[in-house]
Amino acid sequence: MAIALVDYGAGNLTSVRKAFTHLGAEIYTPESPADLSRASAVVVPGVGHFSATRSLTPDWHAAVREGLSAGRPLLGICVGMQWLYEGSTEAPECPGLGVVEGRCTKLTGGADRLKVPHVGWNTLELAKASHLLESLADQSNVYFTHSFAGPVNDATAAATQYGGERFAAAVEDGLIMGVQFHPEKSSETGLAILRNFLRLVARTTQVSR
Amino acid sequence: MLAKRIIACLDVRDGQVVKGVKFEGLRSAGDPAALARRYNVEGIDELVILDVTATLEKRLAMARTVRAVAGELFIPLCVGGGIRDAGDAAAVVEAGADKVSLNSAALADPAIITRLARQYGSQAVIVAIDARREGSHFAVYSRSGTTAASRDAVEWAREAEQRGAGEILLTSMDRDGTRSGFDCEMTAAVSTAVNIPVIASGGAGGFDDFVDVFTSGRADAALAASIFHYAEHSVSALKAHLRERGIPVRL
Repeated sequence: MAIALVDYGAGNLTSVRKAFTHLGAEIYTPESPADLSRASAVVVPGVGHFSATRSLTPDWHAAVREGLSAGRPLLGICVGMQWLYEGSTEAPECPGLGVVEGRCTKLTGGADRLKVPHVGWNTLELAKASHLLESLADQSNVYFTHSFAGPVNDATAAATQYGGERFAAAVEDGLIMGVQFHPEKSSETGLAILRNFLRLVARTTQVSR
Repeated sequence: MLAKRIIACLDVRDGQVVKGVKFEGLRSAGDPAALARRYNVEGIDELVILDVTATLEKRLAMARTVRAVAGELFIPLCVGGGIRDAGDAAAVVEAGADKVSLNSAALADPAIITRLARQYGSQAVIVAIDARREGSHFAVYSRSGTTAASRDAVEWAREAEQRGAGEILLTSMDRDGTRSGFDCEMTAAVSTAVNIPVIASGGAGGFDDFVDVFTSGRADAALAASIFHYAEHSVSALKAHLRERGIPVRL
C-alpha cells in the first residue's frame, strides 16, 4: 500500500510526508504521471499560489482521473483541495481537475473586515456523513492558512466560517476528498483525519485485489 | 470562529532552552523537545524555536533541535535565528520547520522576504520585528536588539507585508522578560496597519496580559516563553481563563 504524494513544486512537503510516515504509511513521490499507476491512493498537497498547479499538466489530470476510475482514493490538501474544483480566481488561466463543482474565490473577511489571509485554528461544522471526518466531533479545531477557498455545495463534508463568510473546509464525494486546512498541522484531530483516509485506502486496496 | 493563538517560544542556545530579561542575562530552562512535548499536551497552538545567539555568532538554528521537536509534534512550527539566505531557510525547512522567521537578514536585504515567499509561500515567511519605544515612535533593532535599524516598526511591518511576509512577530524589547504585560499600544499600532496576522511578544506576566493584548492590543496571536517554561502557568489554564473572558481559543 503505497501512497503517491504529488510534488509539483508548491512549497514544502516535509510535514505532510512526516505525518503520513508517522501513521505507518508508505509514501513515494511520483516522477511522472505514469508513476501514479502503482499508487494505492493519491495525495495532492500544496501551499501558496494556485498558479503552481500549472505544473499539473493535462497528463497529470488524466492520470489522477484514471486513478479515481480504478478505485484509488484522492486527497487534496489546501491548494490541492482547491485544485479539485474547476479553478480559482487566483489564477484563472489554470484549470483545476474539475471533480468538484464551482470555482475558488478570495476570502473577503466579511462585514467585520477581518484580515485575509485566514490564519490559525478554526472550527469545523460537519455538513454530512463522511469517511474522512468519521468520528470527529462537530466544532473540532483545525489549522488553516489560506486566502482563497471553495464554495459550499453537495460535496462539502464540513464548512468553516470566517468573518461571517462560509466556505468548504472539507469535501468528499465517493473517493474524491479534500481539506482546505492542514491535517498534518492540526494535532490529534488532524492525525485522526489522516488515519481515516488511510483506513479507507486500506479498504479500497483490499477490494481491488 | 477563528481562535486567538497561544504560541510558546523556545529560545535555544547550544541545544538548551534559555531565557533572559530585555534580551540579556540568559538562564537555562531545559530541554527543547521535553518542553515542546509538555506544551503540546497542554494545548499550545504553535511553537517558535529561536536560536537566540545565532545572529551574533553567525550560526544557524540547530537542525537537530528542530528535527527532534518536529519529529513528534504535529502543530505549526516556526524557526528563526541566523537565517541569512535561502540556503539557511532551506536547511530549517528540511529539518521540519513550517515557517521561517527573518529578522536581521530581512532588515539588511528586504528582498529576501519576497524570495522566500515565492519559494515556500507567504504562509511560511514570518518577519520578526524587535522594537522599543523612542519618543512617540517604535524603533526597530536588529542583531538581537543590539543595532538600531533606523526604521519605524509600523512602517517596516507594512513594507514586510508588501514584500510577501505572511505574519509579523512583534517583540517589545522594553517588555521582554519583564512580565509587566505586552506593549498593547505598539501591538495595536502594527496590527491595524497590516492585513496579515500579528503575533505579540514580550512582557507576558499574568493571564490578564493576554486578555489585554487580544482586546486593546488587537493581536491575532500571543507568544510567551518565561511564564510557561518554569511551569508557573499552564497553557490549558491560560486558555480556560481566556475563554471565560469571551476570547475564542482552541481547547
